[in-house]
Amino acid sequence: MSQTRKQLLTDPLVDNNPITLQVLGICSALAVTSSLNVAFVMSLAVIAVCGFSSLFISFLRHYIPNSIRIIVQMVIIASLVILVDQIIKAYAYEISKTLSVFVGLIITNCIVMGRAEAFAMKNKPFESFVDGVGNGLGYSLLLMSVGVIRELFGSGSLFGVMIFEPVSNGGWYVPNGLLLLPPSAFFIIGFIIWGVRTWKKSQVEVREYKIQTLEEH
Amino acid sequence: MSLRNYFHSLEPHFEKGGKYEKYYPIFEMVETIFFTSNTVTKVAPHARSFVDMKRVMTYVVISTIPCIIWALYNTGLQTNSALATVGIEAQSGWRISLLQFTGLGISPESLVSNVFHGLLYFLPIYLTTLIAGGICEVTFATIRGHEVNEGFLVSSMLFALTLPASTPLWQVALGIAFGVVVGKEVFGGTGKNFLNPALTGRAFLYFAYPAYMSGDSIWTPVDGYSGATSLGIAAAEGYESLSNYGITWADAFFGTIQGSLGETSTLACAIGLVFLLLTKIANYRMVVGCLLGMIIFSSFLNWVGSDTNPMFSMPWYWHLVIGSYAFGLVFMVTEPVSGSHTNLGRYIYGALIGFMVVMIRVLNPAFPEGMMLAILFGNIFAPLIDHFVVMANIKRRTKFNVQTQ
Repeated sequence: MSQTRKQLLTDPLVDNNPITLQVLGICSALAVTSSLNVAFVMSLAVIAVCGFSSLFISFLRHYIPNSIRIIVQMVIIASLVILVDQIIKAYAYEISKTLSVFVGLIITNCIVMGRAEAFAMKNKPFESFVDGVGNGLGYSLLLMSVGVIRELFGSGSLFGVMIFEPVSNGGWYVPNGLLLLPPSAFFIIGFIIWGVRTWKKSQVEVREYKIQTLEEH
Repeated sequence: MSLRNYFHSLEPHFEKGGKYEKYYPIFEMVETIFFTSNTVTKVAPHARSFVDMKRVMTYVVISTIPCIIWALYNTGLQTNSALATVGIEAQSGWRISLLQFTGLGISPESLVSNVFHGLLYFLPIYLTTLIAGGICEVTFATIRGHEVNEGFLVSSMLFALTLPASTPLWQVALGIAFGVVVGKEVFGGTGKNFLNPALTGRAFLYFAYPAYMSGDSIWTPVDGYSGATSLGIAAAEGYESLSNYGITWADAFFGTIQGSLGETSTLACAIGLVFLLLTKIANYRMVVGCLLGMIIFSSFLNWVGSDTNPMFSMPWYWHLVIGSYAFGLVFMVTEPVSGSHTNLGRYIYGALIGFMVVMIRVLNPAFPEGMMLAILFGNIFAPLIDHFVVMANIKRRTKFNVQTQ
């Protein structure tokens, strides 16, 4: 075991964040972050699916035939997603309508598959569970950060509570309509990645090519 | 001590190893305002030309002068006319007070009053653009250690001219900051921007604050006055009914219509175009391509016709004069960095934009104006067009070589 359990949990938050470093799971980060409520429920769903799918796959790892392992992993993940989807529909129906297909699409979320394939197939159940939850948390951290920016500046509220009173309600804040459109999450994630890589220089990728200057000829 | 010597005495502090090494770009920026840069190419190959970056950018700024003058006059004219209609009593504001105070008055007939009133709208927007964009530009130049480029003067001028006169200044600042940072600096600064920075900022504002960038009540900065742009009218009722609103083709050509600050006059843009073409800053192929694309596709739509959409029947000479087509054609399509770089590619690039602008104006019900989006679309496709042109050329030459062997 090269990493301690604590590292398994905390590494994916910043140092090995699934979105900012590995750039996985971008699609749902674009779609569900326009309001924090939705982003929060989505985060919980991904943490649960990612944690438990890693746990169960790790339990079964010695019995999964290598040639059909992806299919088996998919079956486990899909069952968990259906379970989560039903729970959300039962207890948070309004939000489940906003989330629509994106809960179902957790099945294809590269983070869940990636952890199952890269970690849970090779490690013990408890470590795999911690790793899955850690990656879920890393995803959630970014989702919530994007959600805070988009909801605060796009509608002037946080979790539906008015922070900046918009002009339409007689306040002073002019909501930025671009932030309510999915493409804005591209910009925000881009800016966050820029920020993280300025902070953690080790995450900067090596350049694939270098522009030659005249003097080097 | 002469200014030259003063700069010389300062220079050691800013060079490598000096106290203010980090701030060299700022020093360089200030110095080159007064003197030509003494940076020279040290190794081969040498090409001697007087047309350097500074001259190119200065020429573009010069070519916008007709548009600026017209922007001042027309903004004042539109505002003064609207004030005359709505009634001056209900209106207040520092601009009106200042005009009354200086004795110029609010009169659409008075040239001086119009120009001065327009100036009071144009100047705050332009200064905000310069300051906000300048801060971003200089910050990046200092951190990244590249030169502060004259290209910013062009971007800021074009950006200011594409805004409606009523734009709040904080939006102006936000727009140009976004344009400079996301449209240019994140890709490495002037010369490496694949999007037009001015348009990127404009598009940001358009999507972020649609209520301030489109609609009927924003084009003339007078409270309670509402008037659709000629494109809005044409989209709703057909171009024939423009005359009911007192807009003739000549009005649209000379630019005495509502619209963004500097975009209304096709004539002013045309003067700028002639200057840019004569100085060879603008490449005529892009202009030809863009005109042909627009003319052919709009004529095709005229021929197709539609019972429900009046825009179908709008002929190309109306497409040319209303909206921001002319302005975009002259100053944005011809921008050398974000456009195609091969000669054949330039025709295709222009034609693509000409085609897209008609497409968006006529067939897309969501946006009345298409020039901004069409140009950004073209910018994104420019490298792809170049790629295929170059590949086709390689293929052709390979074939040629096989035959001669």
